[in-house]
Amino acid sequence: MSTAVKWFWFASPQTFYPLAGKIAWASAIGAAALAAAGLYVGFFVAPTDAQQGEAYRIIFIHVGAAWMSMFLYVVMAFWAAIGLAFNTRLSAMMASAIAPTGAMFTFVALWTGALWGRPTWGAYWVWDARLTSELILLFLYLGFMALQAAIDDRRRADRAGALLAIVGVVNVPIIYYSVQWWNTLHQGASVSLTKAPSMASTMLTGMLLMALAFWLYSIAASLVRVRCIIRERE
Amino acid sequence: MNWGGWSQFWAMGGYGFYVWGSYGVMALAIALEIWLLARRARRSAEAAKS
Repeated sequence: MSTAVKWFWFASPQTFYPLAGKIAWASAIGAAALAAAGLYVGFFVAPTDAQQGEAYRIIFIHVGAAWMSMFLYVVMAFWAAIGLAFNTRLSAMMASAIAPTGAMFTFVALWTGALWGRPTWGAYWVWDARLTSELILLFLYLGFMALQAAIDDRRRADRAGALLAIVGVVNVPIIYYSVQWWNTLHQGASVSLTKAPSMASTMLTGMLLMALAFWLYSIAASLVRVRCIIRERE
Repeated sequence: MNWGGWSQFWAMGGYGFYVWGSYGVMALAIALEIWLLARRARRSAEAAKS
């Protein structure tokens, strides 16, 4: 069967269901292994930071959680848009399945940021462009989930949620570029594709391992949730 | 990184509250999500059978 046909075949919830289960298990195991490796590197290999002492070790979860919070929103809005445009059931289900995990990572990014801000900036919270736009992201996730839960008709709930998700995607580049566009207390990007990272290589390794673990965890959680949604709806 | 014993490890150079407050709450958030997911999976599987 050709690739295009294969994709349409898996676009049906019934055929996707067993595949999603297999991918979820593999991702969950991968996430646990990478998290164990990341925590080991983060706490036992990476050196103490010259300026921040041990407080900087929050970086290993803060950065990965913040990346996932933005990335998952874009993926959620993408599936919502596909569902809206082509009226495909599985796309709308994927959008609903991603939202709670995205909200969880947004909360973790904000929480760990607050606990990192207190010892380094002297404040748990400041109304800085980066922090404020990330807080709006949390409200967008919660709004999407609340809106879908408030509408009884599934198709209408999917459509309304999709519109909110698509309009809200404008917030993601605002979060990402906030540290360049405005004078923020929050520091600029630690890792970029164009210049060398501004930290020790073992610190970077720990951070990337944790980010990959979060990535696989998100895949596992979303796929387990989409399987629940398929069972509930079909 | 060599820690001089567990008490120093938990103290995190005086930043224990912030570091463990971050990791602890994240662990709780993930545990809560997994618990909610497991509950939802169990309920939807039971509903699908009946």
